[in-house]
Amino acid sequence: MEILVCVKRVPTVGGKIAVTPDGQEVDTRMSGFSISPHEECAVEEAVQITERAGGAVSVLTLGPEAAIEQLRGALALGAGRAVLLETDGREFGPIATAAAIAGEVRAHGYDLVLLGNEAADTGDYQVGIRLAHELGWPVATGIKNLSVSADSVVARREYRGAQEAYELPLPAVITVKEGINLPRYPSLPGRLRAKRAAVERSSPSWAAEGLRKEALRVPASSKHQATVLGHGADAVPELVRVLDELGVLS
Amino acid sequence: MTVLCLTELDGADPADASLRALTLARSLGGPSLGAVVFADSAGVPASALADYGVTDVYVIEPSTLEGYAPQAWARVLAGLAADTAATAVLAAGTDRGNEVLAHLGAITGLPMAANCTLVTPDGGRTHRLVRHRWAGLLLEDAVMEAPIALFTVATDAVSPVPVNVAADSVSNVSAALPSGGTPSGSPMPASIQVHVHKPELAEADLVVRAVESPAGAGGASLATARVVVGGGRGVGGADGFAPLEELADLLGGVVGVSRVVTSEGWRPHKQQVGQTGTKITPELYLACGISGAIQHIAGCAGAKHIIAINTDPGAPILAHADYAVIGDLHQVIPALVEALRAR
Repeated sequence: MEILVCVKRVPTVGGKIAVTPDGQEVDTRMSGFSISPHEECAVEEAVQITERAGGAVSVLTLGPEAAIEQLRGALALGAGRAVLLETDGREFGPIATAAAIAGEVRAHGYDLVLLGNEAADTGDYQVGIRLAHELGWPVATGIKNLSVSADSVVARREYRGAQEAYELPLPAVITVKEGINLPRYPSLPGRLRAKRAAVERSSPSWAAEGLRKEALRVPASSKHQATVLGHGADAVPELVRVLDELGVLS
Repeated sequence: MTVLCLTELDGADPADASLRALTLARSLGGPSLGAVVFADSAGVPASALADYGVTDVYVIEPSTLEGYAPQAWARVLAGLAADTAATAVLAAGTDRGNEVLAHLGAITGLPMAANCTLVTPDGGRTHRLVRHRWAGLLLEDAVMEAPIALFTVATDAVSPVPVNVAADSVSNVSAALPSGGTPSGSPMPASIQVHVHKPELAEADLVVRAVESPAGAGGASLATARVVVGGGRGVGGADGFAPLEELADLLGGVVGVSRVVTSEGWRPHKQQVGQTGTKITPELYLACGISGAIQHIAGCAGAKHIIAINTDPGAPILAHADYAVIGDLHQVIPALVEALRAR
């Protein structure tokens, strides 16, 4: 089973998130970079599948040269091959991103492509689906359980508390959500191997899309300081009064 | 000028997230607002949809297309958009809404903007919009140039407002409405036309379709619960959640948790509130032992009211809460449960 996992380098946001003065990017002077939890799970899922069924995992990112850091992170977890689709600093939209990934999929040949359900930063919710249409493959999204056989996958997710199952013939595109597994930590040999591994590179072409970002901003703050009702169990009568006032006691 | 909105049902009623999408759809000002519903036509909540300004309902019955098949649903929308010369097609920013609209974007080759909070026609093929990035921690101002504007509406950003009270801005009106109340003395909505639509579907669009297992559907869902009792690291371990469950039961709500709780394996991931879990929109979120990491705030910012119970008066969650009790949840919650039982 040949599996491709697509990941994206995004700022690690912790306590707060700020925008650069020109409003074009997240201010990363004080932050590191990582991949999203959904994508950590996609890497783990691919490694687990090949541990059970054999095959190989490739990891791909579209981004600046610095994104090699994230590729090495995935190599340390068990991916065997890394591909950088190097950008020139411009932000690729979902249409151009899907087209660039499709180029790699056609060139190498895969049975399964895994992505996170949505990118943490842009939240476009569509690269996996556009990729599937480019390739003419079936796609399922938001998946939290995956069983792979030789020529098909059964993908499950939750919908309003009920389980939905999808059966897809391979090759297929699947986007996964955190919760599908608990990702492992990289081993020391894994990290050493990742450090030495070669990264294949190409430079896909950027194209303008019909949706154009003008600026990013932090939403007008709903921030205020909470009214303290009291301390410990002594606050309970006041808490009950507030719950009643909010109309949640019926 | 037609605007089409994929409308999901919650039992016999329009889903809350779809009513929010319809509220935004109305602001686009098309004379005709079509709701696209995949259901038996006998089960279409036509008057509830008319209340939200829908002029036409396009019903795709199970005899035409049974169950959820995202690509087929998108193909149906593409056909209806062409038939009605639609200028915009939208859906709620739910798992299904985002998925179907992304398929529609791929089918038509048009851009799709996910999780918008505001969309304004700006002449010709141009729409100006505001959308969520970072799950709503940031907003993006953007311009869409396309013959048909495709987008979804953030489920926690627009309040659902019926048409006959929507004279003012959405937020003002929703604040003026008694909770759950219906405005009185308002004129009956205009007549609504229900069309049974029978599109031809290709096999290729039906390859991926959901098989739903009704088992396990019991209980209120986190996304739509009226009250959510949240537990974080302060709960202390997998065996500490019984009092939270008890309190949630008393309040007719459900338990939600922070990411550390699911990463530690204390609770299943489906209970996670946050950027990579579920976004909630309850009347009340009671955050117990949750410090308030930014990714958690992204999931609970849609709550109407937040009350925090925390030992640390400097916890970030207090800057997002309306009220707080400073103290140990292990003392406060049992005392609260006792007080509520005594009422």
